[in-house]
Amino acid sequence: MFNLNKEAKLAYTMLIPTISIVFLIILFPIFGNFWLSFKEVKLGDLRAPQPIIKEKLKTKDIEPGDDILIEYRFKNSSQKKPIFNIEITDKISEFISPIEIAEGCSVNNNLLSCYFEEWKPKYNEKIIFKFKANDNFEIDNFNPKESKPRGVADADNILTNLKFSLKNFQKILQKNETIENIKVTFLYSFFATIGALLLGISAALLLEKNFLGKGFFRGLFLFPFVSPVIAVAFTWVYILDPFKGFLNNYLLNNEFISEPIFFLGLKKVDFLGFDFPFTLFIVILFESWRYFPLAFLFILARLQAIPKDLYEASDIDGATRIQQFFYITLPQLLGVISLLFILRFIWNFNKFEDIFLLTGGNAGTRTLTVQVYDEAFALSNMGTASSVAVLIFILLAIFVFIHQKIAPKDIEE
Amino acid sequence: MTNNIYQFFFIYLYSIITLFLLAVIGDFVSISIFLSKNIFIYKNIFLYCFLYAVCFFAIRIIITNQVSNIFIFIISLALSYFFLINKEINAYQILIIISVFIAFNLLLQKYFTAKNFSNYLFEVSFLKFLKTNSLIFFSFIIIFPFYLMFVSSLKSQMVLLQNPTDLSIPFFYSISDFFSSYIAVITQYNFLNFALNSTIVSFVTVFVSLFFSIPGAYAVARLRFAGRSKISSSILIIYMVPAIVLVIPLYVIFSQLGFRNSLFSLMIVYPATTIPVALYMLQGYFKGIPYELEESALIDGCSRIGVILRITLPLSVPAILSVSLYVFMIAWNEFLFAFMFLDNQEYFTIPRGLYTQLDDQEVPRQYLMAGSVMITVPVLLLFFIFERYLVGGLTAGSVKG
Repeated sequence: MFNLNKEAKLAYTMLIPTISIVFLIILFPIFGNFWLSFKEVKLGDLRAPQPIIKEKLKTKDIEPGDDILIEYRFKNSSQKKPIFNIEITDKISEFISPIEIAEGCSVNNNLLSCYFEEWKPKYNEKIIFKFKANDNFEIDNFNPKESKPRGVADADNILTNLKFSLKNFQKILQKNETIENIKVTFLYSFFATIGALLLGISAALLLEKNFLGKGFFRGLFLFPFVSPVIAVAFTWVYILDPFKGFLNNYLLNNEFISEPIFFLGLKKVDFLGFDFPFTLFIVILFESWRYFPLAFLFILARLQAIPKDLYEASDIDGATRIQQFFYITLPQLLGVISLLFILRFIWNFNKFEDIFLLTGGNAGTRTLTVQVYDEAFALSNMGTASSVAVLIFILLAIFVFIHQKIAPKDIEE
Repeated sequence: MTNNIYQFFFIYLYSIITLFLLAVIGDFVSISIFLSKNIFIYKNIFLYCFLYAVCFFAIRIIITNQVSNIFIFIISLALSYFFLINKEINAYQILIIISVFIAFNLLLQKYFTAKNFSNYLFEVSFLKFLKTNSLIFFSFIIIFPFYLMFVSSLKSQMVLLQNPTDLSIPFFYSISDFFSSYIAVITQYNFLNFALNSTIVSFVTVFVSLFFSIPGAYAVARLRFAGRSKISSSILIIYMVPAIVLVIPLYVIFSQLGFRNSLFSLMIVYPATTIPVALYMLQGYFKGIPYELEESALIDGCSRIGVILRITLPLSVPAILSVSLYVFMIAWNEFLFAFMFLDNQEYFTIPRGLYTQLDDQEVPRQYLMAGSVMITVPVLLLFFIFERYLVGGLTAGSVKG
């Protein structure tokens, strides 16, 4: 009925801004991450090497006709890399004229310009330039620092050159830590997801029927999810603190325990003969607490959409509540639960802040995301950090692929 | 006989679990209200519940099948008196116990006095018991951390160190003492500046996200063009890209371009990460608006833009509101990018400021808690005012009927 071509054109115009910003800030950085992972970039390499020029007036009490000595200090900012084609310009006062200046420099129209072919790494030299004060020299208007000298140079930028290596991947795969971290990440994502889903299903079943105060409880149950992670993480850290915390002190006062428990600093606990990752368990509990509301909300919405006559019919047939739950409710919820499982799993897999704020990745809770941060900022190695990020990305791509394959189509829409 | 044993066993079990739960909560409440350092003697609960169950069944078998509340009241009182003279219980605990047992009686009596405690009755009684207890349990684990956050922020350093289990709100403080941590956080730690930064960034994020996602969502929901299904299915995939994968390259790129350490960098990144969600939520809503409305306007000669502005947008105010709220919360709560990008204190958002300024063993804990309260309150307030929209928005388009 309407002009299809025109409609498509309008659609593209409406979508282009969105697509371009997503491309710039999401897709391009992903590509950048892959690019960086093949480069040995350190945090310090982010600042490209450049010439540093400083000038200093060496002569005092200048009268017209005097010689003026100005010291220029030339320095290569990089300790490791040379810079090439250095061009320096500096405006000099109109009251002075050059007598003796360094090789490669010239003065034209009060403009000092120099050219050097190459400065070696750590190049640092002081050169004294000799000028003469002209007859019209006025000491009050003379200020050699008035204009800052400028320098431009070419340097080999490690970020943009085309040298690639696999050393980063070698490095991270050789670390025993990486394999351990992958294991921790999987355990954490899987059990935090299960925990959130179980709590979410229970909470949804509680609020399934209408009763007085249902709205209040529904709002309340969403608190952990909508509150800023930093506030709730700090609060839990404070509650679980071994010495100042509420929980330990309460348990001590009641003589449940005889000495404080380090909830967030106990890597392994011997539990029936095997090593139980205690702090990881606490972190998983925190995650379940914080993210059950999302599962709760989705499952509640689905619960209320289950046709009531299914229950009525089964009532007449004499089904008990537990049978109704397992034979009617659960099958109806399966779609949303599987979707939530995949989503939650992926999001937990990506989570950085929660663990970082709770334990900083210590006590056996270092997930891959925390490792990325540690590589980048604790070890100052952007290259290996990106390669860990690539690892995360590849693992995730596999999950998303699985999700695309198995997600029920009616919900995916 | 087996019938009675079952019933006895279950009433014993139920009452133990309920009383344990309520003992913990009641204890916390009592610490908060009465400043009581009296702690509940947990080991007594087993004995107490056992005696309760014994009395219940004695009455039910010997005197009458209908155990009235008055009986329960008398049992509880008698038991309490017994413990009271041994100084193992106090008045408020008696109150809790009596009310628990009476509530128990009201809810579950008909199952435990039934001649035939069938599977069905057992199941119903069990579910009822579970439901009540779970509701209490859920509320407790959610309210408690927030309450503790709030209470700790009001305390002085000395009180916190001397008695960390003190949960009472110090009403007897003067107003300036009451809010001293808040005043300190605002004056000493530059909190208002952080709040201003957070507010600016969040509002810009909301506007930019809406500006980009409304046309995009409309196009995906309504217009026919090649690649439409591809776009709508890739929206959610983008939402699954981990932030940590973006943060390193963005750090590098923004450092090179020279605007990493600025609010501007956040104003670019936040909308980019929220646009896919916003678009997804909005297109779900747009699809639900009857197309006939737009179609008739189009036939009457209204342009597409006119249709969007005059029909679609006014109809989707609730959706736009909920998307705005959701995006605002994401931006307000965001920590990772702010943490990585910002170096200068003047640009800190609240989460970034809280982390650097207050998360330090030397900074008193009550300041940290006061900061946490101040970052949480605006979000929770907004959430409570607009809860209906937010809940609707979160589920709209995600779960089909």
